Amino acid sequence: MNEVNWALARKKQILEKRARIIQDIRAFFVAKDFLEIETPHRIPANAPEPHIDAVASDSWFLQTSPELAMKRLLAAGYEKLFQICRVWREGERGRNHLPEFTMLEWYRSGIDYRALMAECVELLARLVPEGKISWQEHSIDITPVWEELSVRQAFARHASISLDEALASDRFEEILSSEIEPNLGQHKPTLLVEYPASLAALARIKPGAPRVAERFELYIAGLELANAFSELINPVEQRTRFEKDEETRRTAGKLPCPLPEPFLAELPAMPEAAGIALGIDRLVMLLTDSPDIADVVAFTPEIL
Amino acid sequence: MYSCADLKKGLKLIIDGEPHVVVQFDFTKPGKGQALYKCKLRNMITGSLFDRTYRSGESFEPASLEERDMQYLYQDESGYVFMDNKTYEQTVLDADTLGDDKYFLVDNMEVKILLFDERGIGVTLPIFVNLRVTQSDPWVKGDTAAGNNKPATIETGYTLQVPSFVEEGTLIQIDTRTGEYVTRVKE
Repeated sequence: MNEVNWALARKKQILEKRARIIQDIRAFFVAKDFLEIETPHRIPANAPEPHIDAVASDSWFLQTSPELAMKRLLAAGYEKLFQICRVWREGERGRNHLPEFTMLEWYRSGIDYRALMAECVELLARLVPEGKISWQEHSIDITPVWEELSVRQAFARHASISLDEALASDRFEEILSSEIEPNLGQHKPTLLVEYPASLAALARIKPGAPRVAERFELYIAGLELANAFSELINPVEQRTRFEKDEETRRTAGKLPCPLPEPFLAELPAMPEAAGIALGIDRLVMLLTDSPDIADVVAFTPEIL
Repeated sequence: MYSCADLKKGLKLIIDGEPHVVVQFDFTKPGKGQALYKCKLRNMITGSLFDRTYRSGESFEPASLEERDMQYLYQDESGYVFMDNKTYEQTVLDADTLGDDKYFLVDNMEVKILLFDERGIGVTLPIFVNLRVTQSDPWVKGDTAAGNNKPATIETGYTLQVPSFVEEGTLIQIDTRTGEYVTRVKE
């Protein structure tokens, strides 16, 4: 009996919808005069991150994000850029995680992270003209105004301990994941804002508020969909952060990350800008009512 | 020793001196933060279920449990009865201990029974088993698209999604790791 691989065949409708979503995203950015760009997947250095491990490829690495290349283009005078590409993160496999996944990143000079919030609202309106996402047991109205919650408020409202206690006891992620995230983006999308400065990554510190970074994460139905920054453009501070993150990695016994020197060298030429990374696979999960990331890609590592 | 990267459904490890099995597993990683490995664990002695979240860097002692080749005989009021192929001794497992595995038992099937203190605490099934569909709505004429599916119930009472062309009475192959339909079986 020559029966087709049913596990693959049954995904056809979702994969067709996925293709339409990606086409719509492209059309959205092209209409807004963004330049679509392609940058190398295999690179000599990623931005060091304490908790993101790159996949090694000979003595280079597969990208964990196209962020550094995109910012070098901003520094060279490109003003509005987007990219849809594959990124790789070692060991990340779960209901919402694939070690190889598809990322949408867009960057724009002359704006800050608040302008990116408005662009997220616009993009979702284009992708979901009916204004409502129904996902599993949730129904989310994606028309403006979206809910905005600072990380501190989120802990006060939803967690058993305060933000300061969570940070001091190294339980930030545990509490965020188990107590807070399930409550985010339940009726409206939630913008989780004002990350503690210690979790700034590549975001700039908020002017006049040295304890928080201009970073937000977008949540819909408890699912973390996008991470955005007002970009840090101070090369000295950026190098210090990279070195500190590299030190954290070394202490934890992780593989060393070389510093991305060309990026650091060109950062002084980069104008004020904001950028955002949005997980396409999770977006497709939300828009196809799929409970598992494996449902929205043809192949997972397990069936290769 | 196991690391967090080894955690998955079915892994058996020692926690506080007692053997446990991972019955549900998910990996998560909020924001750019550290990875969390969320497990639902069953204590294989007391049967109690509980949730525990681990972080990268933790390590676990494997539970070295004895596995014996046995044959599944039948189910009666005492539970699910297996027989040791060498000694002919019988071991009974209850429905709770077997979980969903109980739906994939076929009479006379060769399995491995996991023992702790001579007590059966789990079963290792063949990866693929063949079971018959006992109830499924008829195929809708004209529905020829590959990938269309419908629910079907098999002889053990388990319900799963199957392609729309699978009819009542059809013998199908099921992947016991996922509980999902694989293919029809030629008879």
